[in-house]
Amino acid sequence: MHRVGNKFTNYNNFYEFSTNKTSVARKAENFVTRPWTVEVGGLVQTPRTFGIEDLLKFPQEERVYRFRCVEGWSMVIPWVGFPLKTLLENVEPLSSAKFVTFETLYDPKQMQSSFYAGIDFPYVEGLRLDEGLHPLTILATGLYGKQMPNQNGAPIRLVVPWKYGFKSIKSIVKITLTENEPPTTWNIAAPNEYGFYSNVNPNVAHPRWSQKTEQRIGEYTRRETLMFNGYADEVAKLYEGMDLKKDF
Amino acid sequence: MDVKFNKVLIFINSLVPLALLLWDAIFGNLGANPIEFFLRTTGVLTLVFLFITLSVTPLRKYFGWNNLIKFRRMLGLYAFFYGCLHLITYSFFDKSLSVSAIASDVWERPFIAVGMFSFFLLIPLAVTSTNQMIKRLGGKNWQRLHRLIYIIAIGGVVHFWMIVKSDITYPFLFALVLAGLLGYRVYAAIEKPKKKLATN
Repeated sequence: MHRVGNKFTNYNNFYEFSTNKTSVARKAENFVTRPWTVEVGGLVQTPRTFGIEDLLKFPQEERVYRFRCVEGWSMVIPWVGFPLKTLLENVEPLSSAKFVTFETLYDPKQMQSSFYAGIDFPYVEGLRLDEGLHPLTILATGLYGKQMPNQNGAPIRLVVPWKYGFKSIKSIVKITLTENEPPTTWNIAAPNEYGFYSNVNPNVAHPRWSQKTEQRIGEYTRRETLMFNGYADEVAKLYEGMDLKKDF
Repeated sequence: MDVKFNKVLIFINSLVPLALLLWDAIFGNLGANPIEFFLRTTGVLTLVFLFITLSVTPLRKYFGWNNLIKFRRMLGLYAFFYGCLHLITYSFFDKSLSVSAIASDVWERPFIAVGMFSFFLLIPLAVTSTNQMIKRLGGKNWQRLHRLIYIIAIGGVVHFWMIVKSDITYPFLFALVLAGLLGYRVYAAIEKPKKKLATN
């Protein structure tokens, strides 16, 4: 199990460090995550900058989630963290707030990416506010019962289990509530390939690979990919009336 | 030069990447996603052997290493061999040997179509790589047929380029090397008639 755990945490998409999944852990080895602050603002009643120690004071719980990458592989990961909702309620979103946006630290001194990463930094992501307030959406501060390894997005990252992995932004320094749909990194890079929603959906193929099946890490045959990554009962109602082929 | 000895040498050395891959596979050292690793590596090896095969002519012409021609068909067959492993890995692990799944993949995803097309073009070259087949086809026709390797190599690099999500460094480097290998032939084709004219 320990061995498998090691493998799981050495297979990372974290382009600020490297575009090579197996190089990220090594290149992130000396990543400084203390002190760390997350600035929460925008359309909120009480904007506030949280130190990581404040965030760790929110009651932490373990959540075992399926994690499905847009590249067609998946893992089951025991995260440690707390609902994003807890944090958002703490700053009191205004009624005009419709979206929540996130930004990853970009510090080229610490993060020496590959020669050409092909995406812009800092990495930005966003959710509709109701998605952000959904009880399944968490801010994770650890995995496998330990504090978050650098390569997995230390010290705090988003986890949205029904969306493709790239939505689950790492090493967050800024959370902003906005009225309009924010730009998101992969959508900027290739709008025809990665939509704003990017819900796991076996019926919408990525132009270059099928999303019908997935390679669960540790297995040797592919599994059927489930609608909303198997969380349809919990989240399908968020998208009622939407054409998910159009809003992919 | 001891051609026979060198042939054995190249034959064995060309199997080294496979031996290393299998060794790591057996001991579980292919990382978190061993199938992806195996697939990527056999794909890259196919391109590498195509490029080595394509470098024989420039090396012969430039350095006068004419004996290299004796190993060219074997190198080309290794490209085919690693291409087969690549296709088998994909068909077996990614598609569970389902013909309909592979067919719909070819139909839906251009990069699969390009890769498959290049692989199928390799088959006639592999089949005609015996001495007997050269005789049967005649040298000229054989050579003409085997120029398909240019299209195959371009297809292979395009296939590689298309699968990459955003960091195109490696496919770019492969494209650059291929441009050199093919560019040399264009250059040689332009220069040759010029030289002939000059000596006249």
